Amino acid sequence: MIHIFQEYGGTLLYGLGQTLLCSLIALFLSLVIGTLFALMEESETKWLREVARVYIEVFRNIPLLVITMFFYVVFPLYIIKMSGFVAGTIGLTLYTSAFIAETVRAGIQSVDPGQMEGARANGMTYWQAMRYVVLPQAFRYVIPPLGNQFVNLVKNSSTLAFVAGFDLMYEGNIIASNSLETMSTYACVALLYLIITMPVSYYMKYLENKLA
Amino acid sequence: MLSSFAGAYSFDNLRYLVEGLGITILVSICSIIGSFILGLILGLIRYVKFKYVSAIVGFIIDIIRNLPLILILFFTYFGLPNIGVKPDVIPAAILAMTIFESAMVAEIVRSGIAAVDPGQMEGARANGLTYWQAMRYIVLPQAIMKMIPAMVSQFISLVKDTSLATIILLPEMMFRAQIIYGQNTNYIIPMFVALAVLYFIVCFALSILSRYLEKRLA
Repeated sequence: MIHIFQEYGGTLLYGLGQTLLCSLIALFLSLVIGTLFALMEESETKWLREVARVYIEVFRNIPLLVITMFFYVVFPLYIIKMSGFVAGTIGLTLYTSAFIAETVRAGIQSVDPGQMEGARANGMTYWQAMRYVVLPQAFRYVIPPLGNQFVNLVKNSSTLAFVAGFDLMYEGNIIASNSLETMSTYACVALLYLIITMPVSYYMKYLENKLA
Repeated sequence: MLSSFAGAYSFDNLRYLVEGLGITILVSICSIIGSFILGLILGLIRYVKFKYVSAIVGFIIDIIRNLPLILILFFTYFGLPNIGVKPDVIPAAILAMTIFESAMVAEIVRSGIAAVDPGQMEGARANGLTYWQAMRYIVLPQAIMKMIPAMVSQFISLVKDTSLATIILLPEMMFRAQIIYGQNTNYIIPMFVALAVLYFIVCFALSILSRYLEKRLA
């Protein structure tokens, strides 16, 4: 295991960087998109609710790999060329945004409806009340599940290996087939994944217990 | 465009694809059964707190939960031959999925048991049941009711995750779609539509089931 690190450490760390980068980009974008769809689902307009419902159901029920491959295979053919990294990040963003939308919606619903009524009674519009009163309170409940989504993102970013995204899994796979020491290479890769995911998920468990 | 759809959805292609769906479902069902049993045992061990054993099992569960499934697939298919075991592709996929999902199920089981009012256990013990009798007849049945919705969502992601086994060349639906569109670029869009629709039908049916169970059991 140690000599794998000595020989291929740089490549593995580069892969780890790519994995982290695409997870962070996807987390940020899917948080924005997910919140948007959660707001649409909670809105009073029927067609907005229905659009959001369809979006969420579609992306929740189709495998991430199919979404990612769609952007990697179909898009360059008809619309625009993109690298595996970009295709993978777009796929991850769309897939995760559906889950984040559900999380944020649950957060909004957990805020006492009296908050919205009080804000409206004080002369705020619906969107002002949502923006300044309800959402800030909702996000307090959303943080632990968001942390878990980040862990899922890091794990799911391994689908970039399918589309030559040069992430940790992709690099690890190449090293495994070059060095022929599959077991110890995968153990190194596992270790690097755990360095990111374990602390986050333990911290989120701690936060959950504190909030509960 | 229409003619490429007609060509892509020829009888042979569709049959080939649906056979892939069969493998997807076979692997899913085997892993669901395996991970339910294994997850129940592991979750119990983690909840009950045997000295040392529970801590070690808990730590292993946390490790597996925090690894990507693709990595575990690589371990079982490419890693195990390195130490002398060489599983076929379908058993390797089922093994990897079972290991990964049972760690997930174990967490669901643990929190399900923790969600049962401790008074239930105390009452059962006070009425003369041993700890394991109380667990078996009083606590677990209630806990399983609470776990079912989370369990079904976990199994939905299991079905979706079988597509990842393409990477170890498991001949399931995703893999076969790639073979079909590899023959003719006009078939790419029809194949993605077919994949999306087929996965959606299976997973959406399961999510409706989970929502129904959630309402019934709440």
